Amino acid sequence: MIPSIRETLSTALTLLLFCVVGAGLLSGAYTLTHPAIEITEQAEKLALISQTLPPGSFDNDLVGDARPLPVNALLGLKRPGLSYVAQKEGKSTAVVLEAAAPDGYAGEIRLLVGIHADGRIAGVRVTAHHETPGLGDYIEIAKNKWITQFDARSLADTPADQWQVRKDGGRFDSMAGATITPRAVVKATHKALQYFAAHQEALLNVGCGYRTVGASSEERTAPSTGDHSRCGSLRSPHPTSGDQ
Amino acid sequence: MFSQETRDIITNGLWKQNPGLVQILGMCPLLAISSNVVNALSLGLATTLVMAIASGSVAVIRNIIPHEIRIPVFVLIIAALVTVVELAMHAWVHALYIVLGVFIPLITTNCIVLARVEAFASKRATGHSVLDATMMGLGLTGVLVTLGALREIVGKGTLLSGIDLALGPMAKDWVIPVIPDYHGLLIAILPPGAFIGLGLLIAWRNWMQERRAR
Repeated sequence: MIPSIRETLSTALTLLLFCVVGAGLLSGAYTLTHPAIEITEQAEKLALISQTLPPGSFDNDLVGDARPLPVNALLGLKRPGLSYVAQKEGKSTAVVLEAAAPDGYAGEIRLLVGIHADGRIAGVRVTAHHETPGLGDYIEIAKNKWITQFDARSLADTPADQWQVRKDGGRFDSMAGATITPRAVVKATHKALQYFAAHQEALLNVGCGYRTVGASSEERTAPSTGDHSRCGSLRSPHPTSGDQ
Repeated sequence: MFSQETRDIITNGLWKQNPGLVQILGMCPLLAISSNVVNALSLGLATTLVMAIASGSVAVIRNIIPHEIRIPVFVLIIAALVTVVELAMHAWVHALYIVLGVFIPLITTNCIVLARVEAFASKRATGHSVLDATMMGLGLTGVLVTLGALREIVGKGTLLSGIDLALGPMAKDWVIPVIPDYHGLLIAILPPGAFIGLGLLIAWRNWMQERRAR
């Protein structure tokens, strides 16, 4: 028997009602939890950023002084990211770049890559990933020290063909059974270093008048009186970044 | 002490109709998470919590859900609950969220939650529904923890590794080295180890059942 239109309509309306109640419940929970989540995420972010830098290597407000990074194939970011300049007594000592490895085992792996002014890696940390728990998640510092093997590496001390996992003939360890994950992280870290090499001046020179995205105070956004001739542009495509 | 019905619900969940060993439901998280005890126990308890709330809420409104659209409504309720639990954990028990965060959305896809809602909570009184879901959840947790312990001992030679992630750094010393100087057996940690381990557990349960019947 074909149900009457009335019956169909009332069933559809009931389902709609459940959807509305569900959506209301979710947006309520979101509104309620959002401020708390925001605060813990900020604190976590700062803790994570400072982990990629040697202790005591900066005295500035890292998150407040953050500057935008454009979408660039070398950084693997789908949306503009941020860079955090570490300064000690007014001098840039290092920069932390947001980067992403698009080719993890289960999607994107988001990274923070801390690089000393001289091009050596200060530290790498994974900020978000969807790798298999208990298998590919040893890239997290909480689970394993694996990620610390990037420390002090640079483009100069590790040739391009060595930026691979040992299994592929490179210099970096991986764990049996989960090679796709470290492969993606090694590749993304290498590319982040290449990005740094191409835009070193602009990334480290805070006097270049880039807008900061932190507390948008007037003095921060005002063009600086720094030495503009040394300011490279973050947006100019670099000739050596061939793998875009 | 308990009524016959209550007792039946308890023994069904924990043994007779055990979701892991008899109904063979909820395999996705069972196989993915059971590589060590801490992960297994954490996800087991989170699943139990979601099952209890989901079954309870469905049982309360069971009479106003039209029969034809009950499945979409159940899925909606379960998914919404899981999201609320996830948001709440993220906001207020952040340490636990860091450990369990990636597993929580998996609960939505666990068919044992939907199965108990459809088979039990949509027809029975609220109190019994919550009890049934809790017992089924604990039954599943038991299987998860047993499988996790087996795989962790055979695969890594330890028990409770990673407990410090769930309970903080002070628990770091609680890791029990069951077999000292053990080099590990990778297959037990990898997915095939989960299938083999689960197969052995099911065989053990059937053997127990047969022996009892004799």
